[in-house]
Amino acid sequence: MQNLDATFSALADPTRRAILARLARGEATVMELAQPFDMTQPSVSRHLKVLERAGLIVRRAEGTKRHCRLASDGINAIDQWLSQLRQAVAKNYDRLDTVLADMHSSGKKKKRGQKS
Amino acid sequence: MSTLTLTTEGDKYVIVTRHFAAPPEAVYRAHTEPELIQRWMLGPEGWTMPVCISDARPGGTIRYEWSNGKGVGFYLTGEYLELAPYNRIVHVERMHLPDPTPDNHVETTFEPDGIGTLMRMKMALPNQQARSAMLSTGMEEGMEASYVRLETLL
Repeated sequence: MQNLDATFSALADPTRRAILARLARGEATVMELAQPFDMTQPSVSRHLKVLERAGLIVRRAEGTKRHCRLASDGINAIDQWLSQLRQAVAKNYDRLDTVLADMHSSGKKKKRGQKS
Repeated sequence: MSTLTLTTEGDKYVIVTRHFAAPPEAVYRAHTEPELIQRWMLGPEGWTMPVCISDARPGGTIRYEWSNGKGVGFYLTGEYLELAPYNRIVHVERMHLPDPTPDNHVETTFEPDGIGTLMRMKMALPNQQARSAMLSTGMEEGMEASYVRLETLL
């Protein structure tokens, strides 16, 4: 989880997110990744370097081709972080439901008290 | 249990909505009165908020301190900017971990919704770069599948 800052800033760029979205469908070569973005291979490579440093992708060479795929550890770290955040917030609001119900019933009691 | 939605708007905002089975007045009060805030704004199980300052007027101070009872804690400071009882709150806040995060500008509205309230919170992300990315739609949807129990976040 130490790497999360690098991970999130790597994700800040829309092109890099699109690259990840493509890789979510399976491994791809640098050339295949460059194609839909209308980008030169060097500039795609720069993005890939950022993603690799952030632990989001893994690259391997096979002959002259370089293949990229998602790194499950990096993705899992984000997944876990987001999940914790969501759970914490969800829990807050579930507790707020209870507080609101209490406010409602104690308000009723007060009113009843006033009548009697 | 009501469903929580979390969406992004542009690069900068996160929108959270949640329905509550109580009138706007009650939900608004639960967001501004310290003794009510302390009962729910606690995060993960086991945490408490021993200090809660909420001076609900324009320019008023916000300070929440959380503790896990084991010597670990962090706090949030902020200021109220605008208040329109019982339908709108604008405030700014930052977390201290202990270094302060960039200011998070938050607008919260409470609209009547059936017999209850629809709360809508619009946040200008504390860390625009990082969080806009994290929450960006593609990733969010991709990850949604694994969050079976997440019907209920922010």
